[in-house]
Amino acid sequence: MRMELIQPFINAADAVLADSLQCPTSIGNFSMEEEAYRRRGVAALIAVSGDIEGRIIFDVDPQTAMRVASRMAGQELPSSPDLMCETVCELANQVIGNAVTSLNDQGFHFRVHPPEVHTSEHGDKSSEDTEALVMCIETCSGKVFMNVALRYNRRRQPEQVAAVTD
Amino acid sequence: MEQFAPVKRKDGQPVRYLVVDDSVFARKNLGRMIESFGGQVAGEAGDGCTAITEYDRTTPDIVLMDITMPQMEGIEAAERIVRSHPNARIVMVSSVGYQDNIVAALQRGARHFVQKPVKPEVLYEVIKYVLGEDAVVASAAGAGA
Repeated sequence: MRMELIQPFINAADAVLADSLQCPTSIGNFSMEEEAYRRRGVAALIAVSGDIEGRIIFDVDPQTAMRVASRMAGQELPSSPDLMCETVCELANQVIGNAVTSLNDQGFHFRVHPPEVHTSEHGDKSSEDTEALVMCIETCSGKVFMNVALRYNRRRQPEQVAAVTD
Repeated sequence: MEQFAPVKRKDGQPVRYLVVDDSVFARKNLGRMIESFGGQVAGEAGDGCTAITEYDRTTPDIVLMDITMPQMEGIEAAERIVRSHPNARIVMVSSVGYQDNIVAALQRGARHFVQKPVKPEVLYEVIKYVLGEDAVVASAAGAGA
């Protein structure tokens, strides 16, 4: 997967999490996921379509989800599974939306689909043209995992691809 | 949450908001900000279709409208509301803030755009700007006009 596609997601995750949680964040380990995706806790999946297509999954453990919810709300919230899912979906929506904004302004055209709670324990295995990059973002509320699997849309015009990779 | 000098309507009543977002969590957060501005949530909707019917039902002073939603997206809903209610004040509130999207929203009748994550102080200034002379900033004691 090309770094020019990944970097906006890293930047957006860093900026949105730091802003929403009002604390410094740090990007931890990166790894290419060779095996099928395995859910860690509460996960939200956002599909993107357009010049680049694929999906991004946000995944946090339930305790982290509740801490994030309370920080984003500016007050302590009572724990509930629905709130955990809502929080992770909204966080994913904000990060992906900001990343896609940056990519659109660079000339890529995307559509972001509404977030969905990812309930499966496993996901699809990476393929040659859809490698998944997994990264961990350390925050004051806990670790947030982002799993990005994107590829160039094959229907895209070759000259457009050439223009953005120059 | 930080408290702001209340923004009231010229008649001294609280500004009434319709909050449209498919995320309950986002709606609640916006609701808390609205309260901190001295406003009142008149209605909520989770998609564009419901937003249109809720607008007709509640006739709010301001709509805070997400873009990416199921069934009908926010820009189309904004366009339909403005077609029926030319004076509707709609502020798009979305994480997807690329130029084409902002231009499309403004061309279809939205008055302003705020990118998520929403900073309360930014939304507060946008609300005052969009309401213009139809609003007054009351003293913190809530003296009305």
